[in-house]
Amino acid sequence: MPSKLRFRDDEPQEQPAVTLAAFLDQSNATAVRIEPGEDARDLIPYLGRLSLIEIGFPEFRDGRGYSAARILREAGYTGELRAQGDVLVDQINYMRRCGFDSFAADAPLDEAVAEKMLHIFQHDYQPAADAAVPIWKLRHG
Amino acid sequence: MKLLTGNELESGLVIWWTGDGWSHQVEDAADVGEGGEAILAAEEGARRVNAAYLVEAEDGLPIHIKERVRAAGPTVRADLAINPAITVEKG
Amino acid sequence: MYKYDNYDQQMVDDRVAEFKNQVQRRLAGEITEDQFKPLRLMNGLYLQLHAYMLRVAIPYGTLNSEQMKMLGHIARKYDRGYGHFTTRQNIQYNWINLEQCPDLLDDLASVEMHAIQTSGNCIRNISSDQYAGAAADEIADPRPWAELLRQWSSFHPEFAYLPRKFKIAVIAAPEDRAAMRLHDIGIELVEQNGELGARVFVGGGMGRTPMIAPQINPFVKADDLLSYVEACLRVYNRYGRRDNKYKARIKILIHEMGADEYRDQVEAEFAHVKTLGIDPPRAELERITEFFAPPAFSSDAEADLDRSDPDFAVWIDQNVKAHKQDGYAIVNISLKPVDGIPGDASADQIDAMADIALKYSFDELRVTHAQNIVLPHVAKRDLHAVWRALRDAKLADANLDLISDIIACPGLDYCSLANARSIPVAQKIAKRFESLERQRDLGELKLKISGCINACGHHHAGHIGILGVDRKGVENYQLTFGGSGAEDVSIGKIIGPGFDEDGVVDAVEKATDVYKALREDGERFLDTYRRVGVEPFKEAIYAK
Repeated sequence: MPSKLRFRDDEPQEQPAVTLAAFLDQSNATAVRIEPGEDARDLIPYLGRLSLIEIGFPEFRDGRGYSAARILREAGYTGELRAQGDVLVDQINYMRRCGFDSFAADAPLDEAVAEKMLHIFQHDYQPAADAAVPIWKLRHG
Repeated sequence: MKLLTGNELESGLVIWWTGDGWSHQVEDAADVGEGGEAILAAEEGARRVNAAYLVEAEDGLPIHIKERVRAAGPTVRADLAINPAITVEKG
Repeated sequence: MYKYDNYDQQMVDDRVAEFKNQVQRRLAGEITEDQFKPLRLMNGLYLQLHAYMLRVAIPYGTLNSEQMKMLGHIARKYDRGYGHFTTRQNIQYNWINLEQCPDLLDDLASVEMHAIQTSGNCIRNISSDQYAGAAADEIADPRPWAELLRQWSSFHPEFAYLPRKFKIAVIAAPEDRAAMRLHDIGIELVEQNGELGARVFVGGGMGRTPMIAPQINPFVKADDLLSYVEACLRVYNRYGRRDNKYKARIKILIHEMGADEYRDQVEAEFAHVKTLGIDPPRAELERITEFFAPPAFSSDAEADLDRSDPDFAVWIDQNVKAHKQDGYAIVNISLKPVDGIPGDASADQIDAMADIALKYSFDELRVTHAQNIVLPHVAKRDLHAVWRALRDAKLADANLDLISDIIACPGLDYCSLANARSIPVAQKIAKRFESLERQRDLGELKLKISGCINACGHHHAGHIGILGVDRKGVENYQLTFGGSGAEDVSIGKIIGPGFDEDGVVDAVEKATDVYKALREDGERFLDTYRRVGVEPFKEAIYAK
């Protein structure tokens, strides 16, 4: 089983992601990595020239990356947004909703399970970083 | 003395390692001595136990009150006792 | 009360399908226990001392007779014939089997019930005032707002892996019957220029470091509520501590960063989140509010109560409260009989309460955070019949808010987190004060017992609080006085060295003796303690 899943049509971004500190220190890199304790908003001025942002998940229970991902999508980032590290297949649904479109997990990810879990919920109660129309909007138009 | 205890994965019920299997009754529990960790790992790996851990014991019964309640059942429901013979309080 | 539409039902059904899949994969060994644990917790399933424990959600404590009957059915079919009502208005079953759990959840889904997010580091059940829709002092029914928050928080993708659990309470009356100030977010509905809005408190909680939530915003409009709360949660998710489980609640973040700084961050985040279109149109709140319209009250409900039966008279005085509608009353059902287990009800009793509610309370019941049940809308002419029916089911103890109306967590008899048993202590205290006359003489005395520092028994908010600790493997009990979860919110203070089980019962008795000796007209135990301080009590309790 692979440990990578990707939900984009363009070419996979394989360039090394530099650290946030290195990036902010006048780097020409187009790929950057944020750790859980770092502020995704530091990247907002540079989103136009980034094609890959990798968000680290050193421990699957640390949910800070979910907010970081949404913040980046809310700021208009359209490049690849990758969750890397201790990522479990049962988290992919919420991660997709928060804007992640690429996954590089430490442990193997069962693609069939991921596919199944991604399509279990017909609807969503609240808007997020995906295209889902929240139930209240379906109710009232 | 060391006992190995855990829960059945399917039912959640408390079980004790007997030496060659698992029992719901602490009376059947065996002293695992220093080999407990290895048994724990093997049994958890085979899913014959869940959330297993080692327990200090004396005269075949856990020393700590929490594991004594685990062995005895809720002390406030005699009808749900797992083992009515066990006294939970010390001394 | 709220009724699901197809969308709500689909969400619950899909969740059952998801969990069924996760259980199958766990049983097949495709996921480890460590990976499965957060998933099962987000579905309310704990692994406890004796078996799996399932916590079923009762949104803001409101349910109908069909749902109550299902809870009784669950107790019989999947458990050992009883359930435990909790301090967050939910119900727990202690002997659940993992393999059967998906079928159990299917049964619940058939009556619009679930166990979604009743555990785990996510947003939990939204709790509310058990007298909502019936109390004269409310400015509006708080439950439509609670329902709005329930839907917003359910399966929220950003807030499923918070630093710790997150509890929200919503009230709409000056009297706080839901311990609102001791929640992570507490909301009081208030009126401003004829418009309803939310007064928002953030950072309350009990546990190891109890704190009272400071006010963060005096008035959030209905149309901004979800954006505002989203902002509150996002700041917490980003900055809440994750290094230490006992310092991970939002109360610690606010305490450490200061309420003003937290407010500033929330306001900044809110200004941004508001641009995202998270808030539903007003029509959604209006749609939900329609479900909470008052029932078809009768003009024929009034009756003079025949107080000739002293047991009935006492029950009226103690358990029955005034209703805002003429001719009606609020009935409290105590789940604290002297020889019982606080908050427990047998399947038969659950069925009895369902039947009584269907017949006499417009098919509605409430669960209170004090682990009791409420029939919110009872016609006065039906009170005697209700009392007789309750008495037949052994549910007519007239001890509401008296010393034997104890809040107690399950404690070491059931809970793997506990350090000491709490139920036997509750039983001994109730037995010591068995005489109802004696209890009524003592008056309102909210006694709360927790079996460990997690404080699920809310002992910090007890007029008398008892905390069970482990002292070298032996159960020991600390006594606190002066806590309150009502609008006069305060956190209890430990009075001195701890006691063994019999010792703490004696100490409580001595404390009530001191109260009786020192009380002035109209003072409750809590008032006397606040006036005279702890010294007179300590002297008596620790006297050689």
